Amino acid sequence: MSAVPHTQPRIVMKATALVKRYGQVVALDGTDFELRAGEILAVIGDNGAGKSSLIKALSGATTPDSGSIELDGVVTRFRSPIDARRAGIETVYQDLAVAPAMTIAENLFLGREMRRPGWRGSVLRMLDKRRMIEESVARLAELKVGIRSMSQALETLSGGQRQCVAVARAAAFAKHVVIMDEPTAALGVKEGGMVLELIRRVRDRGLAVVLISHNMPHVFEVADRIHVARLGKRATVLNPKKIGMSDTVAVMTGALRPEDLPADALAH
Amino acid sequence: MLKFASSLLAATLLAAAASVAVGADQPVIGLITKTDTNPFFVKMKEGATEMAKSRGARLLTAAGKQDGDNAAQVTAIENMMTAGAKTILITANDSKAIVPAILKARAKGVMVIALDSPTDPRDATDALFATDNYKAGVLIGEYAKAAIGSKPAHIITLDLFPGHPVGAQRHNGFMKGFGLAAPDATINELGKAPEIICAADSYGDQAKAQTAMENCLQKNPDVNIVYTINEPAAAGAYKALQRAGKEKGVIIVSVDGGCAGIRNVKAGIIAATSQQYPLKMAALGVAAGVDYATKGTKVSGYTDTGVTLIADKAMPGVESKDSKVGQSLCWGN
Amino acid sequence: MSARASNVKADKPNAPGPHWPAGLSVAVLGPVIALVLACAFFTTQSDRFLSGSNFSLILQQEAVVGVIAIGQTLVILTGGIDLSCGMLMALGGIIMTRFTTTLGMPPLLAIGCGIGATTLFGLVNGLLVTRIRLPSFIVTLGTMNIAFAATQLYSGAQTVTDLPPMLTRLGDTFSIGGTEFAWSTVAMLALYGAAWFILRETAAGRHVYAVGNSPEATRLVGIPTQRVLLVVYVVAGALYGVASLLSVARTGVGDPNAGQTDNLDAITAVVLGGTSLFGGRGVVVGSLVGALVVGVFRNGLTLMGVSSIYQVLVTGVLVILAVAADQLSRRGAR
Repeated sequence: MSAVPHTQPRIVMKATALVKRYGQVVALDGTDFELRAGEILAVIGDNGAGKSSLIKALSGATTPDSGSIELDGVVTRFRSPIDARRAGIETVYQDLAVAPAMTIAENLFLGREMRRPGWRGSVLRMLDKRRMIEESVARLAELKVGIRSMSQALETLSGGQRQCVAVARAAAFAKHVVIMDEPTAALGVKEGGMVLELIRRVRDRGLAVVLISHNMPHVFEVADRIHVARLGKRATVLNPKKIGMSDTVAVMTGALRPEDLPADALAH
Repeated sequence: MLKFASSLLAATLLAAAASVAVGADQPVIGLITKTDTNPFFVKMKEGATEMAKSRGARLLTAAGKQDGDNAAQVTAIENMMTAGAKTILITANDSKAIVPAILKARAKGVMVIALDSPTDPRDATDALFATDNYKAGVLIGEYAKAAIGSKPAHIITLDLFPGHPVGAQRHNGFMKGFGLAAPDATINELGKAPEIICAADSYGDQAKAQTAMENCLQKNPDVNIVYTINEPAAAGAYKALQRAGKEKGVIIVSVDGGCAGIRNVKAGIIAATSQQYPLKMAALGVAAGVDYATKGTKVSGYTDTGVTLIADKAMPGVESKDSKVGQSLCWGN
Repeated sequence: MSARASNVKADKPNAPGPHWPAGLSVAVLGPVIALVLACAFFTTQSDRFLSGSNFSLILQQEAVVGVIAIGQTLVILTGGIDLSCGMLMALGGIIMTRFTTTLGMPPLLAIGCGIGATTLFGLVNGLLVTRIRLPSFIVTLGTMNIAFAATQLYSGAQTVTDLPPMLTRLGDTFSIGGTEFAWSTVAMLALYGAAWFILRETAAGRHVYAVGNSPEATRLVGIPTQRVLLVVYVVAGALYGVASLLSVARTGVGDPNAGQTDNLDAITAVVLGGTSLFGGRGVVVGSLVGALVVGVFRNGLTLMGVSSIYQVLVTGVLVILAVAADQLSRRGAR
């Protein structure tokens, strides 16, 4: 939950002085990043602040020009999103990365299909559909996502339900970190609430969640800490329980400087 | 230096002018065929090239990309006129659609001769050198009648496709030769008769003909005569009969006289075929073109380039030549 | 479709059902109904229609297009289209037959060369689509013309005859309960069975659907999208080679003019079979049904003595109905 002053949870993922340039544009200008176990860390920032570049570096979509990324204290390099996945970091992309015509169970296991045991799996390479459906049922039940049949096509679901399936997929396979890029962006009030509830459950299962969002009310509803990105750097990390929304926005836009904030508004 | 360059330039221009002057005397004739790949047209091109060489004419050639490609032929007419062709020989892919381009060419003094396929209307071209497709049908119809004798006739016709004049002429000519009441040579529809137990379209394609024949046999297996639009269709019909175990005792007749078809006559697959002469069509066309360029005389009307009945088993009362003669005159390979 | 909050806290998720994926029944049911209706209609119109030998005949007549349609289905499932299929089939046939007759090659080796050639062209198609990122329509239009020219040039526009029996073995028949069936039918059904199994039961097959449905998603989840596409075109090329052999076996000759309308016939079969031209949806067995529908109409109309131009008309109407039905059923699902 929120950070306890004396025994803070361990740092799961850490980035130091990341730099990324695209031609003349400096997207990341030596930014730092820390994610603690079992927390929801929101990453906010204005356009061009470097938040999407940061997320791309953390999820393996890009490789930073300099700086380091550590996972559980071990320095790692991601050459592709697959590397990051293998390291146990799952990403829920903004467009979900799902195949709408395929079923929920197929989407959950897309790219990671289970094969049947024995010769049927190794020689004929048959899929163990029954097991995948059972697993899907279990995973979604674990996260209390109430969808009736795993055999229905994803496109028959509402936007919020699809988002839940994408989140559940990430949570099912992640070992340490789940990164979510604007998960509530396209959703209405009720559906957005449904997804936030799911995000909390993911955190409660023990995974650390990085949540990129520009929706302040949602950020304040679920985040344990708020990482503010500004001008390619980390401006500060805020404690949502000790600072209000409008002040947070002011820090984000630069109207309010971190050094002018009261000490307990900052989180570490 | 400048002097050398200018005299070199003058010499070059004189040489160019001289060659143009020489070229200006050489008759330029264009040959536009339906496609480049059908052996029928390959033979036509051969005949035209030979005649052009022997008469000192320059031959330009072009073709459509596939059967029915009208646009390419229109373009070819224009290009050939620009290149100085005063006579154009054409086997039209689309007998109607090509007419405007032909009339435009004729208005500019170009003589246009249709080869093998008439345009619609026929007099859109100055002349037509073609097989009399109706007569080709009549000959094989007469043969089939003589071959079947007094037995009741059960005829299956494998035609081209609906609406094509050549397909209609051969089919109706066959009926006439056989002694059935048939439409005349100007009609584009296929005649019917109770003796014709099934009429199907083969599109001139061997595999499609086989399918059409199989379906016809399914409808009525009791057949003794098969008329086919061309020799590939005849081969397909034979295959279908073979699979049904009925190839003995069925008389297959066809039109074309290509070397592959004559081989089938020799093998007993085709009983009789009307042989046509694409080489003659093209040669006559080139000769006419040369005459027009040198003497200014145009040809007109229809010239029958001849058709010969080729059959190894001669029938009384029906004049035919055997496959050896056929092979010496055949086209394709 | 609004999600009511009750959906989230709904009744417990159902036990896994026997059907995977949803929509399978609709996709294939339409074409099957069309086939059954057509057969029923022609049975009333001709007493020579409903018989084992007639159905065996139709199966033989559709074997070549049927097998080509398997390859075409694979390509269309990935969101592409293959216009070169018919010409590749013809090229394969000419290579097989000429290698045997002119070069004296042992028939089995010549068959291998023919299939090898069509597979190679499939590889070219795949490389142009995946490496150079050209649209499949353009690529296959180009290879179609190249294959046609190659076939005409190598064969000298001449049909190859007098083939050794090994080449036409698949055209031979065997008897089941008094009705003759051809080995080509067995080959076609076996290939459809294999394709159906792979597409339904293996990860590789599901990836084909995923690539067609959402290439971005497959890339992001780590499926090697370009490799899937390449394999699809190569496999399609190999299938066209098998179709070459079936064509040679049926007609008994190597025909350089074979297959000129087969590309459109194959696409028609695929569309009639319910596969979406946008990719990602469809059942391969539907293409067999689609091909049979066309064959049934051709056979039935001939038995009725109706001009072939009506067969063309009917095919056009059926294609439009099939695409419309597919669109409407998907709209209803939302």
